[in-house]
Amino acid sequence: MRDVLVGDYLRSRGVTRRGLLKFCAATASWMALPPTLAQEIAAALEKARRPSVIWLPFQECTGCTESITRADSPTLEGLIFEAISLDYQHTLQAAAGEAAEEARRNAMQENWGKYLLAVDGSIPLGNPGYSTIAGVSNVDLLREAAKGAAAIVAIGTCAAFGGIPGANPNPTGAVAVRDLIKDKPIINVSGCPPIPVVITGVLAQYLTFGKIPDLDALGRPRAFYGQTIHDRCYRRPFYERGQFAETFDDEGARKGWCLFKLGCKGPITYNACATIKWNAGTSFPIEAGHGCIGCAEPNFWDKGGFYDALSVSRWGTGSTLAAAAAAGAAVGVASAYLARRRQTRAKEETPR
Amino acid sequence: MTLLDFARGPAMFWAMTLMIIGIVWRLAGTVLLARRKDRSSPRGENRVAAGLRAVAMRSVPPHELEKSITFQHITGYAWHLGWFATFLFFAPHVPFLKSILGFGWPGLPNQAIVILAAITLAILLALLVRRMVHPVLKVISDFDDYLSSLVVCAPLVTGIVTYAHLFPDRHETMIALHILSVEALMVWLPLGKIFHCITALPLRFQIGATYARRGVKA
Repeated sequence: MRDVLVGDYLRSRGVTRRGLLKFCAATASWMALPPTLAQEIAAALEKARRPSVIWLPFQECTGCTESITRADSPTLEGLIFEAISLDYQHTLQAAAGEAAEEARRNAMQENWGKYLLAVDGSIPLGNPGYSTIAGVSNVDLLREAAKGAAAIVAIGTCAAFGGIPGANPNPTGAVAVRDLIKDKPIINVSGCPPIPVVITGVLAQYLTFGKIPDLDALGRPRAFYGQTIHDRCYRRPFYERGQFAETFDDEGARKGWCLFKLGCKGPITYNACATIKWNAGTSFPIEAGHGCIGCAEPNFWDKGGFYDALSVSRWGTGSTLAAAAAAGAAVGVASAYLARRRQTRAKEETPR
Repeated sequence: MTLLDFARGPAMFWAMTLMIIGIVWRLAGTVLLARRKDRSSPRGENRVAAGLRAVAMRSVPPHELEKSITFQHITGYAWHLGWFATFLFFAPHVPFLKSILGFGWPGLPNQAIVILAAITLAILLALLVRRMVHPVLKVISDFDDYLSSLVVCAPLVTGIVTYAHLFPDRHETMIALHILSVEALMVWLPLGKIFHCITALPLRFQIGATYARRGVKA
């Protein structure tokens, strides 16, 4: 089955050439590629062999898997996802126990150096027993699987940056894939969860061009993470006019004004939510009336309250300021005392 | 920890703490200095009224110098007003001030603030250049003057660059630099000449009241 071409596989699933071209045109558009490349993407996809993908879920909540497998309708993106040879994903596969591990080992052996390794979830370093698969710790499994991988796709913020398991106080010592693997190309597809078409877009680009896409400083595809949500937000004009919702049920909220004052982290969050949107392009959190929580960014869980405006800093509390004032007063009294002593001495030394 | 986390967290905490320590230190040190006993009987008008009059009178140029300091005077007022309007009425600043004061107020539209900030920055830069080339000003200016000018200009520069998205893929870094520039201002405030923002009006009052006691109009 792995030797079947992607094009043949899609045709066998009833996908027409026109349908494939539509998907490729959309993919080219999302990834800011020239529209003329849609034909090339389609041609390359049709001729591509189904790549072997080994998906290792570590410390995760299965939200990323839910996101990518979410089938509101049998979409072309879903079919592309199916078109890969997903040789190991213990949440989705029917096999379990030793049979599943055997399948993984076989797939790795047969495709050594060529398979894509997908990882969701962070890797605990605090104690190997915190998360194991078939008795093997996550860190050992990742290192073993990474050796034979052509590239690694870290799916979700946990795999990309440590995510929620890595949040303060990080009880399991959770780290991201990039913290452990340094000698393989890593594509971080962050988000909690990431947008499904971002994952399929990355896979399509890899299948088409045989190389990883252009990445930003955090290893994320620029095509999807090149702009902040604030830059592309449909509520941006209200921000510019200084019109903000002050509470979730005030006049501003009802009129769809900017959610900055309600803690929206859109200005510092790079993701495609505002353009690609969710649930087959229906909407995204800000459109549903809630600010962005910045889930595609590192340490988003530890950036202060979700409902604190971005400009609100952690300056301390009233008691810390009172303590600072008391310290200042003490130093001031001491300096005044010294100054008075100097004044007195000067007076005494002055000849009358 | 990212630069933005650092700017919003520990850096802001320490900047605020150092600013409070510095302000209270200087105020306490000044107020508690020994003063000569005034053995004469008070003369002249009510000292409070005289103090308030001095605050008002010293906020406008004296008639004798009116012509020679017009530029300095008008630009001085203009940039102070622009700076404080930008600080107080840029909408994203309001939640920060509200978190400290406990109450907020409506902001101005961003376009209005950007125009104000740009004019303010242009004036500040013009005054800085003037300080550097003016034959008298450049002689009497010291390190404090230049550093104070720098820390007052920096939040405007970083703020405008951040707002204009000049580095769109490093927007969070620009926000961090903007916050850090404000923190630099906060730390320098009690140490340099910009401390006059705390002492200017009380000192004018004090001068007026003290001279009034001696029967002199200040």
